[in-house]
Amino acid sequence: MQAPVDPILHVKQIMMTFGGLTALMDVGFNVPRGIIKAVIGPNGAGKTTLFNVITGYHRPTEGSVHFEGRQIQHLKTHRIARLGMSRTFQTVELFGNMTVLENVMVGRHHHLPGSLLSCGLKLPHVRRAEQHAREHAMAILEFIRLADKAFEPAHSLGLGEQKVLEIGRALATDPKMVCLDEPAGGLNETESGQLSELICAVKDRGITVLLVEHDMKVVMNISDEILVLNYGQKIAEGTPRQIQHHPKVVEAYLGGDADVA
Amino acid sequence: MLRIRQTPITVFALLIGVFPLIAGRIAVIENYPDVMIFVGIYCLITIGLSLLMGYAGQISLGHAAFYGLGAYVSSILTTRYGINAWLGMGAAMTVTALVAFAVGAPSLKLKGHYLAMATLAFGIIVYIIFNEETAWTGGPDGMGGIPGLSLFGFEFDSVNRYYYLVWSIMLAVFCFTVNIIQSPAGRALRALHTSEAACGAMGVDVARLKVIVFVYSAVLASLAGSLYAHYMNFVNPSSFDINFAIKLLIMIALGGMHDIRGAVIGTFLISFLSLEWLHVFEDYESIVYGAILLVVTVFLPNGIAGLPTMAGRWLKHKSRG
Repeated sequence: MQAPVDPILHVKQIMMTFGGLTALMDVGFNVPRGIIKAVIGPNGAGKTTLFNVITGYHRPTEGSVHFEGRQIQHLKTHRIARLGMSRTFQTVELFGNMTVLENVMVGRHHHLPGSLLSCGLKLPHVRRAEQHAREHAMAILEFIRLADKAFEPAHSLGLGEQKVLEIGRALATDPKMVCLDEPAGGLNETESGQLSELICAVKDRGITVLLVEHDMKVVMNISDEILVLNYGQKIAEGTPRQIQHHPKVVEAYLGGDADVA
Repeated sequence: MLRIRQTPITVFALLIGVFPLIAGRIAVIENYPDVMIFVGIYCLITIGLSLLMGYAGQISLGHAAFYGLGAYVSSILTTRYGINAWLGMGAAMTVTALVAFAVGAPSLKLKGHYLAMATLAFGIIVYIIFNEETAWTGGPDGMGGIPGLSLFGFEFDSVNRYYYLVWSIMLAVFCFTVNIIQSPAGRALRALHTSEAACGAMGVDVARLKVIVFVYSAVLASLAGSLYAHYMNFVNPSSFDINFAIKLLIMIALGGMHDIRGAVIGTFLISFLSLEWLHVFEDYESIVYGAILLVVTVFLPNGIAGLPTMAGRWLKHKSRG
């Protein structure tokens, strides 16, 4: 595949081992700016590990990750987030005891003054910034259609809404790219349909999306590019159409029989 | 979110203000303003601990040591070097902040029980130093002759005067800390308690935030220690031992860890129990504390501050039949 001009993310020959176990082997790929790229593969293929490497939760044993032309594989997660890459989690990691609005406002954290002294004295600029963050968070809640639940505790939401809220929270950091780890996992047909729409709307805002997903309907409908992993290795990469008929993919998923779509 | 309202705080401050005037007229509680000075001092520690443990979720058993550091640095600087008491207090807070940073930066990488163990070990080491460095601390016999406090010629030399000094500081610290809780920093802290992983993805520097709160709570404990030393005019190591560290824990557990107002309630109750009401139990006193801790953890996981919510839920349940 020809390297696209100015990829937002460039992953170069990643190797990730845990003790004797090799989770990722020589995985390399690009994510062009402004597209939706999906990472698929059977369970245990290394998708989440790949996500954790990209977003700084694991340091790769070998290889490098370049975000906006900058090496980031040695950076801590919060630094990567501040560079403009946020993520969601496969197991929902919301701040359950906080309200929906507060969850999104945490995403504004690094845009806010946070020194203990200025917060403790409630200085005017803290108050102003807080007010601004609240408005910004409300706008995001409008966008993800959860504004009517702004003041409910996050744990009271249904799973579908929780997944959506995680995306909203990630958007609050003003990311250039979001990594969504199985956003449709556990959702029903209607919910995953709405989720697909939301992900496309995120893309329309100019935010690049990288997603790990098992729901093939979601993946095939919204992805511009797909990367397929199996046993920690890249086995295919291309458009949904190319992937659907890729013999290695069909084999990895179904032992070579049925249609992936 | 739990909004902490201003009116109850104002009412509380007024009650604190008039209390010595009332107590002075009633013989049975005549000495309560003196007890209240200790309550105020302990509150300074538990407010910080509540922020650290209840909000940020980091367990510390080392705060008796920070309290002791404040007391000893103040005592040594004022008695041996004749340094102004307020400057000594500032120096004690600075020293404690540096020590807390040195201890906190590596040990806050530990989680849960391991952090508790590390801070426990730190507390024991400091306690041993207080006992053994006799040239500086006077060892187990302690050190006396610590001057009282005065400001622009006004001496805080009576119980009531010291009472107002301690409680003014306590209320200021309380309001400051309440503001922190209801600020971006406080929100990040509460978030941190639930999911450190998600905090990182939100751009929150988790490690830094934990260390900052640890240092802040240690500095408050140091301030409390200095106030204690200048009130008692005498310090010895036994005030800063592991038993006291555990008592601090019981205070915030009883009051309710997840609510800073709970820390104040718990401090009131435990202080009065240990300084006034439990003397009848003599040696068996610690059994009472054990029982309290047991009952709280089993039946009142959110402490006294959690009672209204619990009662509300119970009533709802009842009304549904």
